[in-house]
Amino acid sequence: MGKWTRRAFLGAGGLVGGGLALGFAFAPNRMTILSGDSDASTAELNTWLTIRLDNTIKVIVPHSEMGQGTQTGLPMMLADELDADWSTVTMEQAPATETYANNDVARGFVLGDTTLPESVSRMLDFSLFKVAQIAGLQITGGSASIRFTGQLAMRRAGAAAKHMLLQAAATRWDVPVESLSANESIVTHATSGRSATYGELANEAALVAPPVEPTLKSPSDFTIIGQSQPRFDIPAKVDGSAAYGIDIQVPGMMYAAIKHAPVFGASFQAPNVEQVKASPGVIDVIEIDGAIAVVANNFWRAKTALENLELLCVNGDGESMTSAQIYERYAEAALSEDGSYDADEGDVANAMLGADKIVRASYQVPFLAHAAMEPLNCTAWVQNDKCDVWVGHQNPLGARKSAASAAELPEEQVTVHNFMLGGGFGRRSETDFVEQAVTLSRKVGAPVKLIWSREEDIRQDRYRPAVANHMAAALGADGMPTAWQNSYTNSGANEPGESPLTQYAIANQSIKGVDVSSAVPLGAWRSVGHTQHCFFNESFVDELAAEAGQDPYEYRRTLLADMPRHRKVLDTAAEKAGWGTPLPEGHARGIAIEQSFGSIVAQVAEVSVDEFGQVKVHKVTAAVDCGIAVNPNAVDAQIESGIIYGLTAALFGEIEIDEGCVVQSNFPDYPMVRLQDAPEIDVHLIDSGEAIGGIGEPGTPPIAPALTNAIFAATGKRIRSLPVSKHDLA
Amino acid sequence: MAVELHVNGVRHQLDVEAEMPLLWVLRDELGLTGTKFGCGVSSCGACTVHVDGTAERSCTLPVGDVDGAHITTIEGLGADEAHPVQIAWIEKQVPQCGYCQSGMIMAVAALLEENPSPSRAELDEAVTNICRCGSYQRIHEAVDGLTNV
Ligand code: FES
Ligand code: FES
Repeated sequence: MGKWTRRAFLGAGGLVGGGLALGFAFAPNRMTILSGDSDASTAELNTWLTIRLDNTIKVIVPHSEMGQGTQTGLPMMLADELDADWSTVTMEQAPATETYANNDVARGFVLGDTTLPESVSRMLDFSLFKVAQIAGLQITGGSASIRFTGQLAMRRAGAAAKHMLLQAAATRWDVPVESLSANESIVTHATSGRSATYGELANEAALVAPPVEPTLKSPSDFTIIGQSQPRFDIPAKVDGSAAYGIDIQVPGMMYAAIKHAPVFGASFQAPNVEQVKASPGVIDVIEIDGAIAVVANNFWRAKTALENLELLCVNGDGESMTSAQIYERYAEAALSEDGSYDADEGDVANAMLGADKIVRASYQVPFLAHAAMEPLNCTAWVQNDKCDVWVGHQNPLGARKSAASAAELPEEQVTVHNFMLGGGFGRRSETDFVEQAVTLSRKVGAPVKLIWSREEDIRQDRYRPAVANHMAAALGADGMPTAWQNSYTNSGANEPGESPLTQYAIANQSIKGVDVSSAVPLGAWRSVGHTQHCFFNESFVDELAAEAGQDPYEYRRTLLADMPRHRKVLDTAAEKAGWGTPLPEGHARGIAIEQSFGSIVAQVAEVSVDEFGQVKVHKVTAAVDCGIAVNPNAVDAQIESGIIYGLTAALFGEIEIDEGCVVQSNFPDYPMVRLQDAPEIDVHLIDSGEAIGGIGEPGTPPIAPALTNAIFAATGKRIRSLPVSKHDLA
Repeated sequence: MAVELHVNGVRHQLDVEAEMPLLWVLRDELGLTGTKFGCGVSSCGACTVHVDGTAERSCTLPVGDVDGAHITTIEGLGADEAHPVQIAWIEKQVPQCGYCQSGMIMAVAALLEENPSPSRAELDEAVTNICRCGSYQRIHEAVDGLTNV
């Protein structure tokens, strides 16, 4: 990533050395913008795009790269609207402070730091304000980057710049702008045969007023969107040069290892601190909220000294807690008549009375840890009046806020240097580890790199909630459901709100969550509520099909008769998987479908179960309708990734609690799918031309029910609680 | 203890505890951060390097045990020209977050050195590294491409 300097920009629209800069304006008081009373003198321009005289184009991306390809997909969207020559496009990650722009790094990010031309502030209509908000929050999660930043900001920026370039050419050649065309970074006047590159036009374009509402292309005119492009971030990831948070080296840096009281909410007493302080390389032993850290001149020395600390856990209220108790309490709670309704349609009670058959089933899913490949870490340096933080974070501005509070400094005095993330999956949107690093740096008065061991990473996570539920359905004489009832436990982390809903057309529905408390800390985990509810809903509908004596694919198909997008996705997955065609002896298929984050994904899993009960997943066929796939190869990769992530959870994933502590600690007891367990994955993208859906998460939910439905087809055993490894299938 | 290491062709003399794992010597003492910490218990393979040509997990390998050894890290693998595994990884767009890939590439490169055309089963047995992003399908494809040459 390049460096921003304050002198990178000369003035509004122009670059030092020539060229065009384009961006969106922010004012410190956003409400002023919203009310249309923009004070241009205090607004600042947030740059998204530069075009230099040598015809090179740089796109500035406000989202983190976790491997989902956002930092390539977003520039593609901009470049397409711009009709740019893709081979000349590069990207740069935005610093975490652009809207406040109060330090040297960030100052270069704003186009001038005094006044803004009226033409720029005119670009701020309401939807751009929303973009500013999203980009300002800089959260990478909720599969939102391409959907919102890309659609609302990147495409408009590209279209606006193209308009300005065309206008500049029209003025230069004194021809009507309608007589010009743009392609591959060249503007052409066909009648006279004249042409000029964007670079040649950039200086003049910088003087043109940006359009208030740039016209966007229709999808049929896309030339870059929809064509697979190699990701920008990959070359650095094969030669060791990609820099993750854990790789930062700051002169004079110390290293910290940390151990948290294993019982949630407890703290430590450490009788032999003085002795450990005298260990080689150890600088200090520091107690912080619920944890104890050793700071040393090398991480291994810190870690070794920490292992030599005698630690007594005290004040653990939850120390008698076990998983079994939690599950029991949840299953009981879900029986409650109370709850908050997600759907309450028709007359379920009446439909149940008139039913030909009533089917009931109860399900349960466990707590899960994220276990991103890069253990949590953060480097911080607090000096008198400033604090620097180096971290790979899904929410850099949130990290800055937490760092400021730990440093007791105004946010403007905190700079977050955001790095590549070695996986996030939701865990890197939390800020606990950031606050700890800042606190440690304050205490030792030096830069400190805090690294959590894998054991701490697994034992002190913010877990995917455990959920229990009870379902019931009424079937009519034709075997189709006339009523659907679901009462599930809600421990407060079941977002998004639509995740418990059934996607099927069933006249009478009662779907409700019963609030339960959790002493286990909870957080967002890839696909959040969809991972639990897709397992419940797609298992249960499979049970209904079995009760009705119907094929589970055909049964779903009938229920989706009025939902053409869903039906096409389901049909595609079934057809590509060869649904109904003969399989090798002992193999069977299962199917599931889920809409999440604006995308619809269906998966067919082909499995076999051997005489010892060992499950082998041979193949997963996925069909995906994410509207438009911006970078199809990267979309495929995300679906493959989501499937493996969900498969690991479905096969092996469970965080157990015993005596108030997490039992699992590292990969040997929290196992992962590896090469030998990895199924062949066949992804089919459906170009529906609908609104762009998210892609980082929607691949995950369907795999668990597709897998357990296939196990049912193979063995007749219905798995109603995860993980699969806990069930005896022999 | 005084230790001598030849890392990516450069000789280093260090005075460190013999028990310090090679991983932390590489990362914290020599500043070679391409080799990653993932588990610290020899389970994930993120820390894989070549010690005298053999793939080893450096997080549990005491530096005292490799005194005088020739070590290759990801930084040294393609230093002169990109290694075929690196080229295949770009071609198949294997990495996602990329954090596991240094170790993955080192493990695959060592296997291919020993067995230029491993079967799928041999590959799966030899390379037990974890990729939390699930890039396995592409690893399979990339290695297939290399062994078909
Ligand atoms: S860090 Fe060495 S095997 Fe995981
Ligand atoms: S690419 Fe992220 S862990 Fe392998």
